[in-house]
Amino acid sequence: MVAQLTRNERQGAILIGLVVAICGSVLGVVGRDDPIGIHGALIFVVGILTIFLIGKDYYAPEPSEERFASYYDDPTKAGIVLAMIWVVFGLAVGDWVAWQLVNPNLTFGGGWSSFGRIRPVHTTAVIFGFGGNGLIATSFYVLQRTSRARLPDQLSPWFVLMGYNLFCVLAVTGYMMGITQSKEYAETEWYADIWLVVVWVVYFLIYLRTLARRKEPHIYVANWYFMAFILVVAMLHIVNNLAVPVSIGHAKSYTLFSGVQDAMIQWWYGHNAVAFFLTAGFLGMMYYFLPVRAGRPIFSYRMSIISFWGITFLYMWAGSHHLHYTALPHWVQTLGMTFSLMLLVPSWASAGNALLTLNGAWEKVRDDATLRFMMVAAVFYGLTTFEGSFMAIRAVNALSHYTDWTVGHVHAGALGWVAMITFGSIYAVVPWVWKRKSMYSAGLVEAHFWLSLAGALVYVFAMWNSGIIQGLMWRTYSEGGTLTYSFVDSLIAMHPYYVARAIGGLLFLIGGCIGAYNIWMTIKLPNPISEATADQPEPKAIGASPQPAE
Amino acid sequence: MSIFGFHYRMERKAIGLVIGIIVVASIGGLVEIAPLYTIHQTVESAPGMRLYTPLELAGRNIYIREGCYACHSQMIRTLRDEVDRYGPYSLAVESKYDHPMLWGSKRTGPDLARIGEKYSDQWHVAHLINPRDVVPPSVMPAYDWLLSTELRTHDLGLHLKAQRAVGVPYTDEMIANASLDAFGQSNPDSAQAKGVTERYGKATTVRAFDGRPSQLTEMDAMVAYLQILGRLTDAAHKPIADAGAKQ
Repeated sequence: MVAQLTRNERQGAILIGLVVAICGSVLGVVGRDDPIGIHGALIFVVGILTIFLIGKDYYAPEPSEERFASYYDDPTKAGIVLAMIWVVFGLAVGDWVAWQLVNPNLTFGGGWSSFGRIRPVHTTAVIFGFGGNGLIATSFYVLQRTSRARLPDQLSPWFVLMGYNLFCVLAVTGYMMGITQSKEYAETEWYADIWLVVVWVVYFLIYLRTLARRKEPHIYVANWYFMAFILVVAMLHIVNNLAVPVSIGHAKSYTLFSGVQDAMIQWWYGHNAVAFFLTAGFLGMMYYFLPVRAGRPIFSYRMSIISFWGITFLYMWAGSHHLHYTALPHWVQTLGMTFSLMLLVPSWASAGNALLTLNGAWEKVRDDATLRFMMVAAVFYGLTTFEGSFMAIRAVNALSHYTDWTVGHVHAGALGWVAMITFGSIYAVVPWVWKRKSMYSAGLVEAHFWLSLAGALVYVFAMWNSGIIQGLMWRTYSEGGTLTYSFVDSLIAMHPYYVARAIGGLLFLIGGCIGAYNIWMTIKLPNPISEATADQPEPKAIGASPQPAE
Repeated sequence: MSIFGFHYRMERKAIGLVIGIIVVASIGGLVEIAPLYTIHQTVESAPGMRLYTPLELAGRNIYIREGCYACHSQMIRTLRDEVDRYGPYSLAVESKYDHPMLWGSKRTGPDLARIGEKYSDQWHVAHLINPRDVVPPSVMPAYDWLLSTELRTHDLGLHLKAQRAVGVPYTDEMIANASLDAFGQSNPDSAQAKGVTERYGKATTVRAFDGRPSQLTEMDAMVAYLQILGRLTDAAHKPIADAGAKQ
């Protein structure tokens, strides 16, 4: 890996390692009697390791000029491996959490393993660990192919990938130690938030710099989505995380906003983290890998345009539908509901665009589990966005909010859409970047597909049932005009559904493990084949000649 | 020129796309969020509202640390069954000093917005040590270590200072006495107890929340916080006409 870096890049990497190590040691010393001290030590070790790793091979020969004739896929390979590690970890923790609701004594006694701390570990590991690494890995791959240009340098992609994973590790270990700011999907504290901004800016610059080198006049659809994902997530992240730390030696901070304004900003963030991280980013994946794998052009270019700008504009209004009947002013709630309903149009434009692209390639969907992953993902995307708009309606939301229905809804999106499109894209891209004829075992891809589908369906149906039963029990009145059920009654009624949910999650986890094994065996397959015989012939990075800065 | 012709030209320019995305994505947030700060009906006024004491704030931070918000909401909606089950619906002013808000999004357990003084301290302590001792079908984890963990109080002044920086009106006196007030509030016989009621109001509860006045534990802080929920102001209990602009 170090051999791929130029001398200047090796110096840059050592400098970055030094800065990271210094920051870590400052946090470690100042915060020695606070949990932030442990994170400081961790950051310090990461910095030192970087210096050691680069320094070890510092005098290795520099890479040859020939590298500019090919794409730079090493960060993509590492990103895929990291994504699979995160998904197995995240799903395992998720299933463990699910069993804790069946039996609350399934902890190891300490605070770190109780539901409240482990649940965000699960959310972060799957959304940011698995999803984020999958997005970074595939976006680097797609960016180069659709631009016919190599990444601008070798160091910055590694900085983004490794920096991002450091953020994920800080997040996950922090929650176990009780470091959290309690904002859903944004639980990390101030120092991790600042670090993520640095990483994210570099990610965005890679995009701009590669696009500036592109040999195609047009910017490909997938890249619009990846750009919206990077830009808007930065916007959301910065505003939502504005906070004043207690001191530089404290992990704890107090958010700038309070009460009703904080709630609005949290859901403006939260709903659009779904929109721009979990939707736009993965639509970027879909708009590249689905047509390529199906061997057909995207059904409608104009529908892509309408869908893209519709999603970018309308989603940002929809967050307030999470706050129906609360102390948030009524006019904001109504606006949120209205725009959520309108959102159905661009969402279905993309889902329809994907499915219509497959029209005429159904025999491939039948035979190829990889393409079937993508097809089912598009179906789940369509269903979940319909459900989302439906749940934004005030009367429906009054029943569904606070219940397991919401949990079912987000998991239909997470398991059915996000995970399946990622698995499909990864199965497509692994043989291409490792130059293998195909995956190690098509049968295991098939098994993974059916386990994922079964797991997702069992999970979602269990949560639909439990959610609606909960909602109905809470609002049932007896003839005498009093509430019929106590809260505990509804809790007892949930038990069978919680068991079913945990089993569904287990099926999905087993599928993920099979996927990780299959990918690992593919990587280990002997005899890399030549590019010409790979099942995806790729355009060369024609004329990606050295630039002055290199 | 058609709209698609325009787009055909724009998608050739990276900066054009970037500006387009930023502009289009900014509108919704600006329209919905900016007015919340300028229209004064957003938050009702409640002149008599008190602040969290240092002990309650410490308890709130433990509540956040343990992820209690993942299962308990603190927002009673304007729906008949919720008002019947939990009490008067929540007003915006009640979370005015909450940085961040803890309205929550899921009720695996019941809403806690008005739990304050509904149960005894002993009930809360027993419930936190092992929830199944008082509510047999409960799926809540046990938090027994709260009772044996000493509360960290020496830096509470810094916490109050940071709270003031984000807009909570703590006075210099409150900040200077934060650690002592935390001790005093859970130890009614101590010399420091009087200062708490002087600074935070006569109605402030001063008692040994975990039943052991000699020790200041995380359990004291947690129970103190649970017992103040819904009681910072009584605005929500007044007739609706007095409660301000609530629709």
